[in-house]
Amino acid sequence: MTTAKAAVGVEAAGIGKRFGAFTALAGIDMKVRSGTVHGLLGENGAGKSTLVKCLMGYYRADEGGFLVDGKEAAIARPADADALGLGMVYQHFTLVPSMTVAENLVIARGQVPAVINWGRERAALDAFMARMPFPIRLDATVGTLSAGERQKTEILKQLYLQRRLLVLDEPTSVLTPREAEEMLGLMQGLAHGGTATVVVITHKLSDVTRFTDEVTVLRRGRLAGRGKTAGLSRGDLTAMMIGEPHAPTRPERQGGAEAAVRLTVRNLRAAGDAGQPVLDIAALDVRAHEIVGVAGVSGNGQKELLEALGGQRPGGGAVRVDGTPYAATRRQSQALRVRVIPEEPLRNGCVPGMSVVDNLNLRLFDQREDGGRRSWLDLGGMRRRAARMIAGYGVRAASPEVPIGVLSGGNVQRCVLARELDGVVSLLVVANPCFGLDVKAVAEVRARLMAARNAGCAILLISEDLDEILELADRIVVMRRGRVVHEAPAAGADPHAIGAHMLDAQAAGGARTEPSPALA
Amino acid sequence: MSAVETVLIAMLAGALRVSTPFLFVSLGECLTERAGRINLGNEGVLVLGAMVAYATSYLTGSPWLGVLAAAGAGAALGGLHGVLCALTRVNDVAMGIAILLAGDGIAFFFGKPFVQPSAPGLPGLPLGGWSTVPQVQSALTVSPLFPLGVAVAFGMAWMFRATRLGLRLRIVGDSADAARALGLPINRTRLLATAAGSALAGIGGAFLSLVYPGSWNESLSSGQGLMAVALVVFARWSPVGCLGASLLFGAAGALGPSLQTVGVTSYYYLFYAAPFVLTLLVLVATVRPGRAVRGMPGELSIAR
Repeated sequence: MTTAKAAVGVEAAGIGKRFGAFTALAGIDMKVRSGTVHGLLGENGAGKSTLVKCLMGYYRADEGGFLVDGKEAAIARPADADALGLGMVYQHFTLVPSMTVAENLVIARGQVPAVINWGRERAALDAFMARMPFPIRLDATVGTLSAGERQKTEILKQLYLQRRLLVLDEPTSVLTPREAEEMLGLMQGLAHGGTATVVVITHKLSDVTRFTDEVTVLRRGRLAGRGKTAGLSRGDLTAMMIGEPHAPTRPERQGGAEAAVRLTVRNLRAAGDAGQPVLDIAALDVRAHEIVGVAGVSGNGQKELLEALGGQRPGGGAVRVDGTPYAATRRQSQALRVRVIPEEPLRNGCVPGMSVVDNLNLRLFDQREDGGRRSWLDLGGMRRRAARMIAGYGVRAASPEVPIGVLSGGNVQRCVLARELDGVVSLLVVANPCFGLDVKAVAEVRARLMAARNAGCAILLISEDLDEILELADRIVVMRRGRVVHEAPAAGADPHAIGAHMLDAQAAGGARTEPSPALA
Repeated sequence: MSAVETVLIAMLAGALRVSTPFLFVSLGECLTERAGRINLGNEGVLVLGAMVAYATSYLTGSPWLGVLAAAGAGAALGGLHGVLCALTRVNDVAMGIAILLAGDGIAFFFGKPFVQPSAPGLPGLPLGGWSTVPQVQSALTVSPLFPLGVAVAFGMAWMFRATRLGLRLRIVGDSADAARALGLPINRTRLLATAAGSALAGIGGAFLSLVYPGSWNESLSSGQGLMAVALVVFARWSPVGCLGASLLFGAAGALGPSLQTVGVTSYYYLFYAAPFVLTLLVLVATVRPGRAVRGMPGELSIAR
């Protein structure tokens, strides 16, 4: 390892990129000054990812070019970006799951010796890790790390590679508020200290206003605005992003929780993918007319809770809906009107190769209007129902007959919401419903959840976004290491107190990098 | 010498002898799978390797040239698998079965003239000179291919752990996304791993025709190439694990014949099935439903 190189500035000039007939980018100019934190904003599909992928050599721009450090740079392959000291932390992680952190770091280096001297590499890695603001255990297998820890490892990897410019794609989406602040603060320190220039792709306006120096805003593949962050208000930024001033209105809450308990969970236990115990919930109730928000750092059993309730993971214990034992069979879920909106809906809640129409009918295709079983499908009825949902939720698809797998993430999410909220729903279990959606879609999804609650639905909202929970929930429970460790009414809840409960044991025991939340 | 000792020595001899083809094919399969591809064609490669080795040895008089030729034939057939699987929409499992049948067919077609003649086999290494017991001496007369296989197993384990090549191979096998992000050539890596893996499987075939049983005919292989795929799972994709699994499998396979030498002749077919029953039992004991198979490369088509 040599001494750190200085941060570098990057300029994009007239970048254009087409995919077939679709113009993803047209005439984009962006100027990132060296030693600054630059925010790259835009809604989903605005072209932010395409732009940085061109910069990183993943795509080849059809028009325009990049200047690095004032000099024209030919970036045709990822290796070219590498050589220029440009690095990116992706939204989906690029670490090798079966390898240890140490192996991942070493192999990421451009020039790895043919035979690796692990003794010497370890000494160098230990020295490197000692300088880093957040520690990750070098011997941990990446597959056992939580999403937050993987994100940190990705960032560590880029720092280890001594990048001169770092692009972070939605870096705070999997972190707790405190972790996010810490991480962005660190990035700011790196930039202002002249170690590396930082470009942050984000939806979160609070991240932008607090941590960036300048911004570039894209809208539908075109430059929508740019300037110094200090001179722009939130309203200005939102206006640039969606084309009109837009203040997300808080959905109105009507009525309070009823006495009747809809969902009763007692002593629910489940094992993780490697057989280790990851879930042990003594008691959790959700009432009609109520949203219960489950907060927690990712990887503390939330995923397993959703899967256990949704019938995707076997678990021990008692789950009752309206007093009836519930095992998530199709008959029970239809009779009791239980719906689930899982995380990563394309993978967990859709059949990617089937059409939008088919996917929108997955809940009801085998049920007659009178509740009986249907053997012959009512294709016309399915098409009509799908058309109603597509119109009602503003799904954008080339045709209702295209496979749902080709739709964008936001549109898949709308489809799943439309399907799961269709008709009368008495219990809804939902996980991270706004993950990766743009500002407008987020407001829309939250309004729909609130409307369902106001209509009498009981909602269990599992979310890693504390702001979302604070906005929507009537009651908040905190999960840590598979258990419910804290419960409080949402009204007047203090985000920092909840954050402390989310982190408590980890911060106190210094065991933040433990591979998985094993139960004591 | 007691009957128990006789059986144990016979099983040791069997383990060293019967295990060698399993060892080479499973190491080859392990290499290929760690790069993210399955090659069921290694059964065909084994048969082709056996034929090519025998024919070359007969024609040139040199069994070692036969081993080399078997490796070369294996690499060629494996390379074909690698090239075809790199095409879009080609499924490696289906293609592997086609390669299996192709390998068998080519071997039977060109091998017809070599069923009758007798080719020089590989001489054994007498490692039992220290013992005065003739059975022990005979049991420890191992083919030089066995220590070669052991060396390959440890060498491969070292390669996966401590060489650039090994880490690159594992990345390609475990996460194509990561490999692309690092700019690694995925198809080329898999092609080379498949060819090299099949070269090893070819050597396993050479063992069959040049060492034990030591002749060439169309019923030479009894499915070792396919069992090796199961052995790789059993070994959790570890080369040293493949060595252990092959030895265990070889010893279990020798149980029936060993019992025969001391006069136990009943339940012959039951003992013959011992290695398969053993594999099943171990798999059942170590794999739990609902639990991911540990060590499985993430890019394998059956893992996705």
